[in-house]
This record gives sequence, C-alpha cells and structure tokens, in this order.
Amino acid sequence: MADGYSIIMDTSKCTACRGCQVACKQWNQLPGTETKNTGSHENPPELSFDTYKVVRFSEGKNGDGKPYWYFFSEQCRHCLSPGCMAAVEKEEIVQDEKTGAVLFTPKTKNLNFKETLEGCPYNIPRQNPKTKEMAKCTMCFDRITNGKQPSCVTTCPTGALAFGERDKILAAAKARVEELKKSYPKAEALNADDVRVIYIVTDDPKKYFKYATPK
Amino acid sequence: MTNHWIDLRNSDCILVMGSNAAANHPISMKWVQKAKDNGGKLISVDPRFTQTSAKADLYAPLRSGTDIAFLGGMIKYILDNNKIFKDYVVDYTNASFILGDKFDFGDGLFAGYDKEKRSYDKSAWAYKKDDKGAIEKDPTLENPKCVFQQLKKHYSRYTPEKVSEITGTPVPDLLKVYEMYSATGAKDKAGTIMYAMGWTQHTVGVQNIRTMAIIQLLLGNIGIPGGGVNALRGESNVQGSTDQALLFHLLPGYLRAPVAGQKSLKEYNDLAPKTTDPRSVNWWSNYPKYSTSLMKSFWGDAATPENDFGFHWLPKLDAGQNCSWLNLFDAMYDGKIKGFFAWGQNPACSGANSNKTRQALAKLNWLVNVNIFDNETGSFWKGPGMDPKKIKTEVFMLPCAASVEKEGSITNSGRWGQWRFKAANAPGDARPDGDIVVELMDKIRGLYKKDGKFPEPILKLKWDYTDQKGHFDPHKVAKEINGYFLKEVKIGDKQFKKGDLVPAFPMLQADGSTSCGNWIYSGSYTNDGNMMARRVKEDATGLGLYPKWAWAWPVNRRVLYNRASVDKNGQPLNSKRALLTWKDGKWVGDVPDGPAPPFGDEKGKNPFIMTAEGFGRIFGPGLNDGPFPEHYEPLECPLPNNLMSAQYNNPTIKIFKGEMDKHLTCDPRFPFVGTTYRVTEHWQTGCMTRWQPWLVEAEPQMFVEMSEELAELRGIKNGEKVKVSSSRGEVECVAMVTTRFRPFKIGNTTVHQVGMPWCFGWVAPKNGGESANLLTPTVGDPNTMIPESKAFMVNVVKA
Repeated sequence: MADGYSIIMDTSKCTACRGCQVACKQWNQLPGTETKNTGSHENPPELSFDTYKVVRFSEGKNGDGKPYWYFFSEQCRHCLSPGCMAAVEKEEIVQDEKTGAVLFTPKTKNLNFKETLEGCPYNIPRQNPKTKEMAKCTMCFDRITNGKQPSCVTTCPTGALAFGERDKILAAAKARVEELKKSYPKAEALNADDVRVIYIVTDDPKKYFKYATPK
Repeated sequence: MTNHWIDLRNSDCILVMGSNAAANHPISMKWVQKAKDNGGKLISVDPRFTQTSAKADLYAPLRSGTDIAFLGGMIKYILDNNKIFKDYVVDYTNASFILGDKFDFGDGLFAGYDKEKRSYDKSAWAYKKDDKGAIEKDPTLENPKCVFQQLKKHYSRYTPEKVSEITGTPVPDLLKVYEMYSATGAKDKAGTIMYAMGWTQHTVGVQNIRTMAIIQLLLGNIGIPGGGVNALRGESNVQGSTDQALLFHLLPGYLRAPVAGQKSLKEYNDLAPKTTDPRSVNWWSNYPKYSTSLMKSFWGDAATPENDFGFHWLPKLDAGQNCSWLNLFDAMYDGKIKGFFAWGQNPACSGANSNKTRQALAKLNWLVNVNIFDNETGSFWKGPGMDPKKIKTEVFMLPCAASVEKEGSITNSGRWGQWRFKAANAPGDARPDGDIVVELMDKIRGLYKKDGKFPEPILKLKWDYTDQKGHFDPHKVAKEINGYFLKEVKIGDKQFKKGDLVPAFPMLQADGSTSCGNWIYSGSYTNDGNMMARRVKEDATGLGLYPKWAWAWPVNRRVLYNRASVDKNGQPLNSKRALLTWKDGKWVGDVPDGPAPPFGDEKGKNPFIMTAEGFGRIFGPGLNDGPFPEHYEPLECPLPNNLMSAQYNNPTIKIFKGEMDKHLTCDPRFPFVGTTYRVTEHWQTGCMTRWQPWLVEAEPQMFVEMSEELAELRGIKNGEKVKVSSSRGEVECVAMVTTRFRPFKIGNTTVHQVGMPWCFGWVAPKNGGESANLLTPTVGDPNTMIPESKAFMVNVVKA
C-alpha cells in the first residue's frame, strides 16, 4: 500500500449517537470519568488522558431563524506532518510508516507537554498528571494492523465514519463533497491534504467546533 | 411495523413524528441515510428540534398533544389538492362504503355517545347494508354518505390557519410538510412514517396513529416497499412480548382474553368477525383453529372436545374489566393487590405518576423484583420520603441472567423472530428467567397438589419444557409455540404424522389434532429446523427482504398487506420496487397475503385480509373514541378551550379521582407544557445503563430542556439547578437552555414547552437525579390505557 490509511468523518451523516465515543473507551479500556451536566449533552467536557474522542454538539440559529445542531466527533487528525512531533528526539512520538498512524509512546513522559500541545494545530495531546505520559487516539493501531477497522468506524451506524486506504478515502471524500454541494454550497472536506482524519462539513467549520480547523 | 427496518431505505419520503429515531433508534438512521442517499426526503415534526430534526430536509415544530390537528390538516390538504392515489383508494380501501343513517358527527362528538358512561354505542357507526347483508358502496365516491365524502366533511374544519392556531406550527411550515409528504401519493412513490411513544402516550394515542393510517391509505402507501405504518418499538423484544400476550386483554397471537359469562368455546369463538362477501378472505374466520390449538398446547391430552378443550380452565376477565397498567397500580394503591412480580421492569420510575406507583408498592404484602441490577422498585422502601420502619412489604430480589447470558429468540419491530445464542454464563446466583419460571411453577404445582382450589388448570397443564438436567429448554418452548401435529393428519395430498412440527398456520385444525402456542409464530420452528436461527444473506428482490435471514411473522411475510402493492392485475405499482408480481398464475417475490389471484381476477380476493370486509379502513368503526380521529386537548393543557369543538378532552377517557390522581389544566401555578423522552445513552429507566461508567460519563444527570425565552422569563441560566413540578410531584435537575426549544404562538398567547428524560432514578448514579415520571399524570388512552406522558402541565423555577 502506497500511502497509508485515512478516515472520513462525515458530519452530514452523524446523528450524535456517541457510539464512537463509547466504542473508543471500550476498545482502549479507558475508564469513564466523573462528569456533571453543565447545560449541554456534550460530555465529557474535554479530551483527557482517559478520553481520546468526544462528540461535540453545537447549536444555534441560522439567518432565517431556523435552528441548527451540528455534531463533530473530535479526535486526533493523524497529520501527514505532525506538529506534535516537532520536539521529538528519541521516538517519544512515532509516525508509523505503513499506516500513517501517529502514535504516542510511553516515552512521551520525557517530552515537554506544553510544547507538544502547542505544536498540535488541533489541541489534541493530553497528559497524565501523575505519570506525565501523554495519550491520544491511536487510529486503533492494534486493530488496523490486524485487518480490522478502527473501533469507532465499526460502531458508527450511519456510515458517518469510514476507514480505508488513503487514496480511496480521498476520492470518496471528494465525491461526497460534490454531492453535498448541490444542497449545501458551503460543503467541504477540511484540510484533506494535511490530515488523515478528514471532516466533511456543510457549513462554516467554526459553527461546528473551535478546533474544526487548525488553530 | 407493517414493513421492517431495512425497508426504510426504499422510501421516497420518511416522516418522523412522535419519535426521535436518531437518538432512540440509532441504527434506524443507517437505513434512513440510505434512503437519503437515493434522493429520499426526511421530515421531522417534533416540539423540540432533535437529533433527527438535525438530519432532516424539513423540520416543523408542534405543541405536544396536537398531532391529530397537524395530520388532520394534511388529510384536508391531500383531498383539496387531489393528491390521493385514486385507484388504490377506490379499489383497496373502504372509501366507497356507504355509512348507515345513524352515523353523524357534530361539535366534537360522534353519534351514539352516552355521557353517563363516557362511551359510545358503536352500532351507530355501522355501514349501510342491503337486504342480503352486503355493504352498500359507491365507487364514484360521490354519494354524500360514503366514507370518502364523510372524511372530506370531517376534515374540512382542519384549515391550515385553524391547525396552526392549535399546533403553534407556522402555516408555511405546515404547508411545506403537507406538500412534500403528499407527493408520495404518486403511483410509483412511497412514503413512510416512523413513530414511537411520542404518538402513543396521549389520551388520543391510538387516534394519532389512525390519522396517519388514513393518510397512508389515501396516498396508497400501505403494503408497498418504503411505505407502511411503522412503530419503532422501544425494547428489542417488546414486539415479541406483545405477540405472546403481555397485555391483559389478549391471549397469544392476538386472540381475545375470554370474558366471564361466555358459556362455551363456541360462544367465545363465534365472536370472530364475519363477512358475507365471498371475495373477502376474512382471515379471522380461522379463529377456532387457533384458539383450539392454543388450548391443546396449554393442556395437551387433557384438552378434549368433551371439556371444550379446557376453555373453562382459562382465566376470564369480568365483563368490562380493564387490567392495564394504570388500573393495576390504582388497585394496588387501594390495597386490592397483595403480591407483585416486577419482572425485568422498574415501575417506580417507568410508570406515569411514579409517586403513586411507589406508594402503591408500600401497600403490598410481598414484592418479587427480578432484575440484573438493584433498582428503584426493589429498593422503593428505602427511597426518598419512605420510612422503612412503616413499610410491611416483604421484598425478594432475584438476580437474573442478562440477554447475552441465555439462549432464545427476540422479535424486533419488523416482526423478525431472531434466535440468539448464549455468549457467557450468568454471574453468581443469577439465573435465566426461564429457569426461575420453571422452579416457581414447580412450587406452585406442589402447593396446588396439596390443597389447591380449582387445581385442574394448574395440575393438568402440559409442562415439559426442561432439558435432562431440569433446566428451562428454549428449543422445547419455541417448538411448542410453533405447534405440533398430535395425530396423523392428511391435509390435501400431504400426510403428517403425530409429533411433526406444523409447517405453517394454514395447517392448524379446530378439532384438537394440532397444538400451537401462538398461531402467528407457526412456521418459525419446523421439521426443517429453527427458522429463526437462519442467517442466509440472499435477497432476490433486491429490496432488502432477506427471506432466509431469521423469520418474520406471519409465514415469513416481510411486508404486511403486500397484496396492495400491485394493481388489479397483480403487476407492481412501482416496477422499480417490485415486491410482489403475479406471473404465470402465481405470486413471485415476498410471501403474499394469501395465495388467491389478484383483485381483478374473477377468483381474486380483497387485499386487506385481516379486516372482515377485506379493505383498508379509512373509516374505522372499531375504536372506542370514534371512527374518524378528532382533535381533543390533552387532559392537562395550556388552552382554556378546544379551538376545534366544544368537546375539550377526549370524551371517552377514564378520569381517575383518587387522592394522588390530581390533574390541573390552565392553572397559573403550572403554566408550561411538559413532555418526556429518552436519550441514546440510557435504556428505558436506565436500570441497565446507569451502572455503566461510559454511559453515565456521557449523560450523567437529570436535565430539563427549555427555550432561551422561557429561561429569561424565569431568570434561569444554562447549567443552573432548577425545580420542575406538576400537581403530582417535583424533580430537581439541571437547566439546559437551548435554541432547540422555541415558544409556540398559539392564537394570541405564547405557550412554552419543556422536555425531560425519564431515565434517571435515586438508586444510581449518585447525584444523577430522579425520573420525569414523578410528574406525569394518571390518565390513559381510552383504547389502550397507555398513559399520557407526552403532554402535561408543569412549572419551572430556580432551585
């Protein structure tokens, strides 16, 4: 395979069932964190060392007064040139050649967290406050190197998430955007040339989530 | 569902109303998305802009409890704009039937109403018959007394302006929905409805669905791929439990529960519908075969022609007795019920007016709580406001196996019986429900043997459903449900021996030579094996029928009323979605509703075989509250009168008058409309999911959703603690202030609505909050008695 894997996150098909968010925790055996309802369905409120994926809910009124409600399943984009790796010296973070997955190793505890976080355009890396180790989405590296799809993709009921070889995913994203443009002129695939997790939106990306596009 | 989940993909227009499918039936959206990918449209009508609305091509808000007004307006639109599928309406529905001279309607009441009894004499709604007993018809649909003209007259009052005044839906939004949906009246277009508890849990619940059924008949959408009337069932096996007579008025397979005073099996059987029309199949004329086979299944050899096959051993309802949920808990509250099995349920949170339910539990001598976790029902005695010292109820907690810890079948909304295998042993002392039932029944039989009164029904029961180790054997039960030949029988040129499994219900007999635990499941487990366990991915029609995947009742038919998917000559109405085709003298495709030739053939039969007449019922003379749906206000509502008629509420509902059955309407103390719903993360009362950290993390606490306008009115900020109260109780929760709820403009007034989930309870998690059912009223639909949990009046203040 030439160019690794990629994922489409098609927000136009996402219903915010949060199957992906839970499947991520299940596969990675991450604990449920203690949360409170703060006036939103969105929870947990942030990514953390124990949370690699959060479905973002964003609502408001359009110009015509009609409501909108957008869902954005946030995760690491697995950049082609990962900003988080800027300060890497001894394989603290590796980019797997075959899959393209960007992987945090236990050695991340030796990295400067602030620098790593600032290096990420999407505000993804998180640190264990005790061990100083960092964590984020692994693209389900243990699954995709064993012939399976990432856990979130397998779980998604509507096909909002799709996984495959990068060239095929890019072609599918392009086709989908063209289809969507007939009804939604603002439809686009966000930063498709730079990232492996490609978000398709039908409206201004800032209406979906603060970090839908690079900070 | 008349159709099934996959079939949603065949639709040109999907109306989701009375349901938030995206949140509560997440997998359904897979098929909705496929319909959209094929150019289909999605419409969401809901008081709140939901996850489903967020995916819809068109969204319209409406005030809770006004669906009949909304849909009645659609009927008027369809008729005024001639959007009907004329051939279908004339040939396949009762639109041409002439109504009898007694039928009338005026100012909210149909003919035959008895104010004292709060009920109708339905004989006033009879069709006009000629001297031979045949129903008189006018296929031109012009006779002023025909169903079609009466329908037109009835809904002439449902103008967009009037509807808008009642529902709060802006007129342009109404018209957009009407236009988009009624386009499916074209011969080759299919429209479908996905509904759930948002339609059923009203004092007009059944009539909500009837209104849609009328629309579907007018547009020719019943019996076709991508069409139908589709109830999204709230639990994976609730269809199966309903089929198996979970409800008090039924025996398995929708046979009627017998009533005291019925002196013989014949008298009971003779209540089955009759017809004089030779072209009507009137399938219920087979009733005696099913009732007799059921009793042979119950009592085996002890059921004989001499003892009416054990008819006199069947429990009988008192005449007029209604043992549905609200009445049961009312009787329990009055101390009339001494013992209660709460089996796989949590009434302390799930029942309307849960404070009353919880008090009722305290009146019991004993309560057996069978569940996989502790819940608010089993632990009611130590719940909020309870003094354990004063409660005499003895509670037994029986841990049971979860669904994946036992083998058996579930039946999904699409009527597919699917066999499931055991994945793991149950932990600790937890046992499969079947094992608990077997042991319980063995004890009961022992006690009856000793000194039981009227012991025959219990001791003569055929009771051989265990394996060699004495455990419940689901295969034995599944075979019993399918049915056996009990002696050698020759049917046509087929010879069956004693002990053979019955291949399908047409083989069942009324003479005691067959047994069958549930006639609609006959064919599910035959001599060829367990049909429900099949997993063959073949789909010859390309419509997603997968006829060898699991098994659908009846007779593996995937789309009900499919004889209405063809024209008079048996050719598909839509050749691109050919469900059934009459070819070379036989039907090809789905399993047809009976083998008879198409309607136009001289030997043809009427398409709707389950009605006595054989036609789809636009006029429905069987319900308790009228043959045409009519808008009435919910028992608790924000308007001082019904803008449609002088009849304020449904005139046939039962009004509970106990000390805990308060209801207040148009009371300034409770000025806002309240409704309840579920969330994706929690299952029903949350009994299973509130212990699951990933789900609690995502949806941790009780909330109330309200508009920005209402929040401002009450000085409430998003995320603040608030108190929601009704005349029956109060719930503390978190305010979710949202643009997804908007105030309704109802006439000259502004009506606010709020919504709450009912998935939380005090047992777990800590600080999770309580169920919205502490607020909901004790009042039900006059046909089903399902509580009106979707429209009631509340107040909201800062906590």
